[in-house]
Amino acid sequence: MRARTTELSVGLLVIFAAAALFFLAMKVSGLTQTVSGEGYLLKAHFQNVGGLTTRAKVTMSGVTIGRVTNIYLDPKRLDAVVEMQINKDVNEINSDAAASILTAGLLGEKYIGITLGAEDTFLKNGDEIELTQSSLVLEDLIGKFLFNKATEPTAAAPATDANSGGF
Amino acid sequence: MKAIEQLGRNTIDRIVGVGEAAQLLARTLFLLPSWRGVGLFIDQMFRVGVLSLLIIVVSGLFIGLVLGLQGYTILVDYGSEQALGTMVALTLVRELGPVVTALLFAGRAGSALTAEIGLMKATEQLASMEMIGVDPLRRVIAPRLWAGIVSMPMLALIFSSVGILGGKFVGVDWLGVYDGSFWGNMQNNVQFLNDIVNGVIKSVVFGVVCTWIAVYQGYACMPTSAGISTATTRTVVYSSLAVLGLDFVLTAVMFGGLS
Repeated sequence: MRARTTELSVGLLVIFAAAALFFLAMKVSGLTQTVSGEGYLLKAHFQNVGGLTTRAKVTMSGVTIGRVTNIYLDPKRLDAVVEMQINKDVNEINSDAAASILTAGLLGEKYIGITLGAEDTFLKNGDEIELTQSSLVLEDLIGKFLFNKATEPTAAAPATDANSGGF
Repeated sequence: MKAIEQLGRNTIDRIVGVGEAAQLLARTLFLLPSWRGVGLFIDQMFRVGVLSLLIIVVSGLFIGLVLGLQGYTILVDYGSEQALGTMVALTLVRELGPVVTALLFAGRAGSALTAEIGLMKATEQLASMEMIGVDPLRRVIAPRLWAGIVSMPMLALIFSSVGILGGKFVGVDWLGVYDGSFWGNMQNNVQFLNDIVNGVIKSVVFGVVCTWIAVYQGYACMPTSAGISTATTRTVVYSSLAVLGLDFVLTAVMFGGLS
């Protein structure tokens, strides 16, 4: 009797451990999402992927429809190629759809948003999304803003020459 | 002159001890399995694994709750409380799960193993086993060692899972982090092979080290009551130090970008 309760509780421990591993694998690391991704592959060229990572979401109208699987530099065109896997039930992406790299929140993670086009032909496995919009890099934006600010007074400079230069 | 002699003797004793411990480990691990051994192993799994379950679950829960609370108060300052799930999960799976489990294990099960084997030695049970032709390594040491090695990763997995659920309870149900971003960000950032499997590897290593130290300290202790108490203390101290030191080394190899 004693031996049976011992064996029973050890069995329960093993079951608990297996359940914990299952929980960690499925719910925490999201293993299912990558394995079940029996979809098709699309490519897109971007000038700048700044901060986009593999496994980032690919969304359409805010709904996740796929995942970024690979990012590398095109050796000829010298720009970034993003490969993404799209779920196979989303099979009607127009050939003139546009992909843009967006940011969740102000400082959040980067993801790809796909907006539909108007063509009647649809993208297939291995096709490329032609229209792309690069990642919005905060430093570039600030740089441009500062540059514009700096050039503004000089454009209007000749008239008020005496007042400028205090800075 | 005396002092130098003493130093030399201590050094040699230490090295002999390490050598003996390594011999013990190697001889135990390469014993051929037998049916009798499986029964003994299950008995030890009960004593080492199942009886440690309560302390593991309770500590895991509370560590998860604290992580959720602390993480939230820090992250909310930066407006990124969606990252709470990622933080709690990575902290637990990579570090706290294996390490705290090993520390608790050393205190809960390791000390008990040392005291038990030490008392067997003090009452000359080990010697009489040898007299009647029973190998104490096979009969006493091997089942305990294997039970420790097998149960440690299981306990660490349970610890991490319970901790993550605790963090979810505080973060999502209590403080109001959005459920979807808690799990979603976690799933985006936790990788099965890199994080969870590495955590399991860590806890297997800790399991070997903790049980090895416990078993050896019991096997080699002075067969007196004072000797047993010293050995038990040493088990806890050495195991904790070894776990923390090894954790740094393993983290540097696994996640430190050294390649």
